[in-house]
Amino acid sequence: MPTIWLVALLLALAAAGFYWGRARALRTAGGDAKDLHSLPSYYGYHVALTSFVPAIAVLAIWLLAQPLFIENRVSGMIPAAAVPENSTLGLVMSDVRRVAEGLDLAVEQGLLTRAEARDLSSGSQDVRALLGEVGVALGNDVRPEVLTAAQAFRNLSNTGKTAMSVVVALLAFGGFAWAYSKTHKDFRARNVVERGVLALLILAASLAILTTVGIVLSMLFETKNFFGLHSWTDFFFGSTWAPNFRGDSELSILPLLWGTLYISFIALLVAVPVGLFAAIYLSEYASNAVRSFAKPLLEILAGIPTIVYGLFALLTVGPALAGLFAKGGLLGVEWMAGATSVLTAGLVMGIMLIPFVSSLSDDIINAVPQAMRDGSLGLGATKSETVRQVVMPAALPGIVGAVLLAASRAIGETMIVVMGAGAIAKFSGNPLESMTTITTRIVSQLTGDTDFASPETLVAFALGLTLFVLTLGLNVLALYIVRKYREQYE
Amino acid sequence: MNDMTLMEKTVDTQKIKIAAKDVNVYYGDSHAIKDVNVEIEDKTVTAFIGPSGCGKSTFLRCLNRMNDTIDICKVKGDILLDGEDIYDKRVDPVQLRAKVGMVFQKPNPFPKSIYDNVAYGPRIHGLAKNKAELDEIVEKSLRRGAIWDEVKDRLDAPGTGLSGGQQQRLCIARAVATEPEVLLMDEPCSALDPIATAQVEELIDELRSRYSVVIVTHSMQQAARVSQKTAFFHLGNLVEFGLTGQIFTNPEDPRTESYITGRIG
Ligand SMILES: Nc1ncnc2c1ncn2[C@@H]1O[C@H](COP(=O)(O)OP(=O)(O)O)[C@@H](O)[C@H]1O
Ligand SMILES: [Mg+2]
Repeated sequence: MPTIWLVALLLALAAAGFYWGRARALRTAGGDAKDLHSLPSYYGYHVALTSFVPAIAVLAIWLLAQPLFIENRVSGMIPAAAVPENSTLGLVMSDVRRVAEGLDLAVEQGLLTRAEARDLSSGSQDVRALLGEVGVALGNDVRPEVLTAAQAFRNLSNTGKTAMSVVVALLAFGGFAWAYSKTHKDFRARNVVERGVLALLILAASLAILTTVGIVLSMLFETKNFFGLHSWTDFFFGSTWAPNFRGDSELSILPLLWGTLYISFIALLVAVPVGLFAAIYLSEYASNAVRSFAKPLLEILAGIPTIVYGLFALLTVGPALAGLFAKGGLLGVEWMAGATSVLTAGLVMGIMLIPFVSSLSDDIINAVPQAMRDGSLGLGATKSETVRQVVMPAALPGIVGAVLLAASRAIGETMIVVMGAGAIAKFSGNPLESMTTITTRIVSQLTGDTDFASPETLVAFALGLTLFVLTLGLNVLALYIVRKYREQYE
Repeated sequence: MNDMTLMEKTVDTQKIKIAAKDVNVYYGDSHAIKDVNVEIEDKTVTAFIGPSGCGKSTFLRCLNRMNDTIDICKVKGDILLDGEDIYDKRVDPVQLRAKVGMVFQKPNPFPKSIYDNVAYGPRIHGLAKNKAELDEIVEKSLRRGAIWDEVKDRLDAPGTGLSGGQQQRLCIARAVATEPEVLLMDEPCSALDPIATAQVEELIDELRSRYSVVIVTHSMQQAARVSQKTAFFHLGNLVEFGLTGQIFTNPEDPRTESYITGRIG
């Protein structure tokens, strides 16, 4: 039975459970809903949830666990001798999966009966040609070990699926029967449903956290592989970034980190003053009419995809800067070689961050109590004196937090630097030169056609993890500062 | 309340400090103050009483043009400070507020040190030529705020760390530091406990020797204790204005009487 039918069965059962549970509760109360402990629909939800939730949970876990289990069992069946010299167990296993998939298709299309597929042997038939007919192309002939393993694979899959259907259906009906029998006018269905809702919410929250943990763990794992192949001293303390295919790449993060920080610094140099002044204008000076019009406009800016800013850098800002500073430019100097430079990327990233900084600062400035302003104005201070001497000092910690958050976005930004900053890794103080960043290098290392297990590819994970740690640190610091500041006025 | 003491309250007539003539205030379309005429004397405590929402704060904020900071607020009529119209174009509202100081309902010390709180006004208006003079102003103001003895050893501590009553006296000292002629107080004790309230009331009585004080209060006992003149507002109208003793013992208007005896509030 395909899984989708199983889910449909569960849903149908839940729907039936809702109506029957409700009806039974009403019946035990003699049709008078006022005699029930809870509203009638709670009894319905109780039966529906008890039959649906455990079953669907087991179904989900089973679907995740079964392939892992089968993979394990089948790869154990392949003798070490069956793995060719220049191959790995992983590659053989992917052959096995393809053959199994092919057999499934052949059965589906009627080329083989179930029994034939089970008993097929590579001696009696050209399996490769057969599978080719159903659209599964194989690189070489199917070896007997692979065929046996594939048959075992299919076997286990089918058994597993049947077992799953039975277990899930049993669980659903069991839950249904149990909840239905509990349904009685004194049963506290409302409280049970409340606990169910709580469990659901906790599940959602822990899922988000677990995913993060999973991402970090997988990065950690690959990073460990990388440091197995490449020295960590070169990565952290080397001075050159020069990947090559000969196997003696120099992969130091420092030149990339320099490019990242330099571009972020320029971006903040643009975004912080402009964003902050915009926020001060909007929250302290602008009339309601201007505010109600300008604030959403700024927030729309924040919603523009960064690739669009990247295009802006590539097509407008870069050429404009080149028109000023490059050979034959307006200033008659030759300081810039092409359109890509630290300044190009920094300026555009700064523009991208303006709404981010201004909307955060605006919230923070608005959180400064009106009483502070009244106190200052009441002493005969002007508006700008009030802003400078009372509002800003009170808002400062929060604004520092906002700047740190902006910095962490700048450091993690990818599209703008891919399109605006160039691809040359070096230490240089000249903002008109091309440089590159950690994020751009991650993209290029992973999208190259090098072997996945080479240090040149795996370095992407080490870079990613470093970036993650860096931005995480900044965010934690920023949130700590912002929160501390919030407490001041509560 | 002891009627006898109220009647015996000594009231010397002082010169007029602030005169309001036909003042009307609008918030957008709503008419918050209607044709108010009142004369506030120098070196006197004048209390504004009335049910909440009747416009006491609004009228008080007209006296130092704090209403200018509210976009939708429009003030019509004349308000004369020492005979000069404060809504005249030549008057700088910022300068005016140094002359007519204000203390708010909730103590609002700035998140700065006690010293910087008091020095804030003098610094803005350039009242001190050097540090020694500023120190002197700060000490004098804190003494007038009756809080010097409590904070003289910790002038560098944050003003927000004081107790509520101390904070409010600090705010009074801060207002006094700009050498104002009039002090406006909007329910200065409503966020304070009874002991702090008593301290602030005592202080208000002392301030009377130098300043003209206008205090908004919702406590009739407080009005009776600290003020010499009382104005009763109701629904934006100034219903009755006169000697405090007179208003509390022998009100002319039936609305005043109902309010004082607790029938409207
Ligand atoms: N900022 C404002 N915007 C609009 N209406 C206001 C504002 N402040 C006060 N009001 C209105 O003006 C009237 C008088 O308010 P207020 O002066 O605060 O009264 P009181 O201080 O006597 O309690 C009330 O009806 C109030 O709703
Ligand atoms: Mg008020």
